[in-house]
Amino acid sequence: MMTKDTIQPLQRFQHMYRNDRHLWRLVLMIVLWLLFMAITRFSKFYSMINFQTMAAQFPEFGIMSLGVMLCMITGGIDLSVVGTANLTSILMGFLLLRLTDAAGGLPAFAIPLVFLLAILIGGSLGLFNGLLVSKFHIPPILATMGSGELFTGICLAMTNGNAVSKFSRTYAKTINNRLFDLIPVQLIIFIVMAALIWFLISKTVFGTKIYMLGTNENVAKFSGLNIDSLYLKTYMLSGICAALGGMIMLANYNSARADYGTVYTLQCVLIVVLGGVNPSGGRGRISGVVLAIILLRLLETGLNRFPRISSYYISLIWGGVLILVMVMNYFTEHKKVVFQEPTHPTLQKETTE
Amino acid sequence: MSESLLETVGIYKSFVGVQALKNVSFSMQPGEIHCLAGENGSGKSTLIKVISGVYTPDAGHIEFQGKQYKKISPIDAINNGIQVIYQDFSVFPNLTVMENLAFNNELAEGRRLVNWKRMKSIAEEALSKINVSIDLDAYVGTLSVAEKQMIAISRALMQDARLIIMDEPTTALTKKEVTNLFEIITQLKAQGIATLFVSHKLNEVFEISERFTILRSGEVVASGATSDLDDRKFSFYMTGREFEKRNFKAENVSKNPIFRAEKAGLSNHFSDISFSLRQGEIIGITGLLDSGRTELALSMFGVRPIDKGTFFVDEKPVSIRSPRDAINYDIGYVPEDRLSEGLFLSQSIADNIVISKIDQLTKKAGVLDKEQRSKEVARWVENLAIATPDANNASQTLSGGNQQRIVLAKWLACNPRILVMNGPTVGVDIGSKHDIHGILHDLAKNGIGIIIFSDDLPEVIENCSRILVMKNGTIVTELSPENTDEKMILSYML
Amino acid sequence: MDTTRTLLKKLSRRNEPYIFLVLLALCLLIEFRSGQFFSSNNLVDIASALIVPGLFAIGTFLVIISGGIDVSFPALASLSMYATTKYLLDINYQGGVWAAILMALVIGALLGAFNGLFIGYFKLPALIVTLGSSSVFKGIMQGALNSKQLTIIPSGMRNWGTSAIFTARNPVSGLTSRMPVAFIAFVIVLLFVFFILKYTMFGRGIYAIGGSEVSAHRAGFNVVRTKVVMYIMVGMIASLAGVIRACMMQQAHPTNMLGMEMNIIAGVVLGGTAITGGRGTLLGCMLGTLLIVIVENSMILLGIPTSYRSVFTGAMIIIGTGISAYQVMHMNKTHSKRTKSKEAA
Repeated sequence: MMTKDTIQPLQRFQHMYRNDRHLWRLVLMIVLWLLFMAITRFSKFYSMINFQTMAAQFPEFGIMSLGVMLCMITGGIDLSVVGTANLTSILMGFLLLRLTDAAGGLPAFAIPLVFLLAILIGGSLGLFNGLLVSKFHIPPILATMGSGELFTGICLAMTNGNAVSKFSRTYAKTINNRLFDLIPVQLIIFIVMAALIWFLISKTVFGTKIYMLGTNENVAKFSGLNIDSLYLKTYMLSGICAALGGMIMLANYNSARADYGTVYTLQCVLIVVLGGVNPSGGRGRISGVVLAIILLRLLETGLNRFPRISSYYISLIWGGVLILVMVMNYFTEHKKVVFQEPTHPTLQKETTE
Repeated sequence: MSESLLETVGIYKSFVGVQALKNVSFSMQPGEIHCLAGENGSGKSTLIKVISGVYTPDAGHIEFQGKQYKKISPIDAINNGIQVIYQDFSVFPNLTVMENLAFNNELAEGRRLVNWKRMKSIAEEALSKINVSIDLDAYVGTLSVAEKQMIAISRALMQDARLIIMDEPTTALTKKEVTNLFEIITQLKAQGIATLFVSHKLNEVFEISERFTILRSGEVVASGATSDLDDRKFSFYMTGREFEKRNFKAENVSKNPIFRAEKAGLSNHFSDISFSLRQGEIIGITGLLDSGRTELALSMFGVRPIDKGTFFVDEKPVSIRSPRDAINYDIGYVPEDRLSEGLFLSQSIADNIVISKIDQLTKKAGVLDKEQRSKEVARWVENLAIATPDANNASQTLSGGNQQRIVLAKWLACNPRILVMNGPTVGVDIGSKHDIHGILHDLAKNGIGIIIFSDDLPEVIENCSRILVMKNGTIVTELSPENTDEKMILSYML
Repeated sequence: MDTTRTLLKKLSRRNEPYIFLVLLALCLLIEFRSGQFFSSNNLVDIASALIVPGLFAIGTFLVIISGGIDVSFPALASLSMYATTKYLLDINYQGGVWAAILMALVIGALLGAFNGLFIGYFKLPALIVTLGSSSVFKGIMQGALNSKQLTIIPSGMRNWGTSAIFTARNPVSGLTSRMPVAFIAFVIVLLFVFFILKYTMFGRGIYAIGGSEVSAHRAGFNVVRTKVVMYIMVGMIASLAGVIRACMMQQAHPTNMLGMEMNIIAGVVLGGTAITGGRGTLLGCMLGTLLIVIVENSMILLGIPTSYRSVFTGAMIIIGTGISAYQVMHMNKTHSKRTKSKEAA
């Protein structure tokens, strides 16, 4: 650690590359794609409005992905993000409907209020997940699958499957504003959340603890960590992220419905894994996840600039990229540990042999 | 000399720059019980894998019953009667005893279909080979460690084994089970089946094997009849160092106990446990695997809270319901199983050291103080002489001894006044073991009260000022190490 | 006497009796409330509603037993179903349904092999691979094949979809329900997989791999081959389900199977299949799936609006898995007497 400052720049770069191989691969892919777009469709792709549109679109699933990432770092997963998002946005849709006055406007306190409530609702839904995982010891994949279904069910029961709309347009307009006529509000919400989570996991004790928890729950217990509270906090955060994602969806569609964004469940998992988070826990960075989110958006938007290519190809490319990256990781990982029998912890005792 | 069963001649094997085996030659006669000993990293596992065909040697060859093989495949090895019993016994916890016993046979015969009747008769035959009875319909996951081992052995015998290689077979067995195992090995010998025993425990080498081979850094350093070996030679061959014995003498013992148990009990495990620990003491609690000692250790650390009686810290009654409670009362715990309870293997050495103290290494609002953290890490890396170029490396890159030091550092960083050590040197090589004992002596001198839970009797005798012996969940006697020996302790344990 | 007691004891440790009791209670409740549950046409309706989820569940069950998880089967089924239907329409095929089934099975095998290659050979986590592959399959279907809803399907498929083994008529309401011929296909697959799992080394190998991959390898199972073959089988079963669905619905809808994966996995897990692999029975898996199907289909009979469906499924997943998680915890506590800490080692 202390010797780091004395390392030569070149070595330092090598060191950085080796540590973050995965990140560099994502960067490389983004650069290549940007180059490709520059060569083929420069004018249609490189415009301010295009980038602004992208920046307004990705935060809805981007924020949800951040929550899934946190859960995956602890060795879990959150498949209820879309259910949480929709339940929150529907409830807030109802509230906005109530607050909308005859002229179609909203009182000044409305928007801060709905956001505050959304955070509270998301937090409690996440807390519910956290309880299932920590107190009832239900495997996270099942617990959140069940609660996701439950939340969606509540949405359906409340709305009969219809959209909640016709509330004041002021809400959507506010969120669709641009700061200094430049930065979409959605992006700002995303940046704030991303920064907050980055701070939490890389600068605070909480971050170190959830990485440890994800590495080995039993050791964490023997090290005196309060496991239950860590799970509760993590899933609560994920719930809050999902709720905010829902609030952005509410603005982007100007309505809320039980089946909005259903593809996001698996897409979020995909993003997080592509971002380099280890699905079995303990490893992964927010920078990778953010890069994966951006990569997804760039690919999708870029592809849309080729009218003759069906936009549905995006899912093909997307799945292909995920598997490709995993296979590449497979080869680099396996070069590192040549003579170690994998997967079994007891066998690692004498790996040095 | 009659034709040997197995001979390795001048085996070399290296992995990406690491020479794992250098010119290893050794041989075994039919029916011989041979012990292969060596520290972690000495090349034992690699040698086993070369013999069983998992690895191909870079140079040298293997002779089996006079036939030369430049390279053997796992199938060749099995066909030549070589069977390896790994530490995890390679069983399927989710399947029945019957299937576990019969699978290998069915697969070796290339069967595609399952005949449950046949499987049953194979399983019965297998168990009858070593005269044990286990419910064939039981799921293996519900069996004891010894029973799983029996399954592994009888399964191996079904393949016409001529040589059975056992990797550290006694680690998780009770004394009685070990005796049982040794009986079976003797039985096998009578049938002409040889056993290669891989171990680093001295008493086992003496007790059962006729010949031994000791590896160090991939080379054979000694080989011969076990009768020529003694305690001192053994550790010298293993480590290349000479060790002086340092018996622990308690100094500056406090007047009042720092920790006391009064009639403590945990149903099904132990009852009526009373003892006290004073500062500066190291007390040893020993007993067989099923004596309740492990549970007592876990109770002291709040993992399995007691349901009867009371613990006192500084003569005040305390309730220890979780590890966090224990830590608040300045109790540290070095677990029995480093890999599943002590270390975050894939995380950095630094994080492993500071994790239990991490809440104190903050500026405010839970923000980690990087500077304080690295100071703390540097301090313990230096104090405990953890051999690493960079504390940011993953802890799994270190040897067992160094890993155990990390676990120790984690607790010392919390400034404990009571240290519960459950098997402080399990799986640690002799050199590190010696060093760790030294560290414990120093800690006791500095006023920490230490309890060692261990069934390693020489360790207990050498390092403790008092020895409590547990049997069937109670403390049966207290002994002083000055006037006791292993035999005497054993007589209380059994 | 003694044997019945041990039998009871054994049964009480298994999951199937509990699910069966819950299922029975639910059926009786519905019957009590509506008087319509045990009517012949309702039972036939439920049986025919079980076909497609049942087939998917069999495939999912295999995967979970082997220690993996598969979220790609709806996309896989949609793709092979759609490609088959589209091709047969394009060549104006007029023959029987067998060509459609055969073609779908071949495509399913190829797509399954794709999953199997990455999971078995490259040893990548099944969740990630199937996430990726489901995305790829969807992309091929919607992009390359430019899929749209096909309201006309080849005559062979159409006829097969409407042909019935028998027709049940409710004497009270006068409603009739057909038992589709496809039900036979479902039963055949069920029996076939049952046989494979119970009486072939390949099938036991799937359980063995789910229990411990390292042990399976050492025992002499060809782990890679077993996995690849298994995923091929799963692909074929899913494709069959896809074709059957198209036949029964009389149209090829490219996306309406998507999103089924969660409910199917839920049913399999409710049936007592351990999500960690190695443990579970086909009977339990079917009971769990039946439970989900009945809840989804019979809520109207209970007088509960269908919009409450997901509330019930969600609650069932949480309660069901919660109970089994509790059982595991409880078992560990009572059982861990002396082997406890060592067993982890």
